[in-house]
Amino acid sequence: MSIVQSIIDIVHQEMARNQVSKVSVIRLVVGEFTAVVPDSLAFCFELITKDTPLEGVKIELEQVPLTGRCRACGKEFPIVEYRFVCPECQSNEIEAISGKELFIKEIEAE
Amino acid sequence: MKVPVVRNILEANEQLAQENKTRFQEKGLLVLNLMSSPGAGKTTLLERTIEALKDKIRIAVIEGDIQSTYDAEKIAQHGIPAVQINTDGACHLDSRMIQQALKEIDLSALDLLVVENVGNLVCPAEFDVGEDYKVMILSVTEGDDKPLKYPLMFSKSTVLLVNKIDLLPYINTSVEKIRQVSLEINPQLEIFEVSCQNGTGLESWFNWILKRVPHYKGA
Repeated sequence: MSIVQSIIDIVHQEMARNQVSKVSVIRLVVGEFTAVVPDSLAFCFELITKDTPLEGVKIELEQVPLTGRCRACGKEFPIVEYRFVCPECQSNEIEAISGKELFIKEIEAE
Repeated sequence: MKVPVVRNILEANEQLAQENKTRFQEKGLLVLNLMSSPGAGKTTLLERTIEALKDKIRIAVIEGDIQSTYDAEKIAQHGIPAVQINTDGACHLDSRMIQQALKEIDLSALDLLVVENVGNLVCPAEFDVGEDYKVMILSVTEGDDKPLKYPLMFSKSTVLLVNKIDLLPYINTSVEKIRQVSLEINPQLEIFEVSCQNGTGLESWFNWILKRVPHYKGA
């Protein structure tokens, strides 16, 4: 819920900054390894924006899978079932290189 | 017309978390963000911890709950400052709520501040409150599948307390599996197996805290 509120706050700021009065789409980039559940987010957005200027705005989510890079051997690989273990050298010194994103990429204004 | 934004959705919270953190560091205190699902034993662990440490260090607690002041009253009975935050429905605490609560606490009279988050294994993991460490509890009655179901919290925590191990003879939970899967998600995770009921394993947890309190020089 506060994630949705934060999205709304940022969108309002960006609308003012860019002198936009109507938004049709909000595009988000959401990593697999975040606390965001896409369906709940859309549902929550609908609830909160009812009877406000953002009612009916479409939320588009670009989901990013979790991938890692091994600090020992440099191998890059998809992390399946949250196993932060290198398939090449079995090291557990793994840095997540994608999957933690949580940002607003752009808005579509009319 | 496309308007590029590229802004972190949690930026407002993260900025306030940084402000909180700076304040805590200036006062030289240790701040823990305690998280678990409802009923895993957060409040009982806190009561045990306060009883064991209150003669050695100065402790205060911020209690987060959706409703009620029940937990804060329980904590206050131990003679330490306890501030209740009611989130009015929100399933986690955020840095703004902590800033409000801090108005009622004298930080310069403290060594340890524990923030007891709302019972929830998902959202609290995403919202920093300015803490030094995230500490989570998983009770063995919740089952050994939880690390895989809620990996984010296991990944962001520094400490995992596996609680209620006195109940292991009666259930089919494998602590070994909890340990193995949690360490695959987070190899740096420190794991303590404890029972807040009979006190097993708590001594190592108390020592973990004392080692990290900046002003504690040892007994």
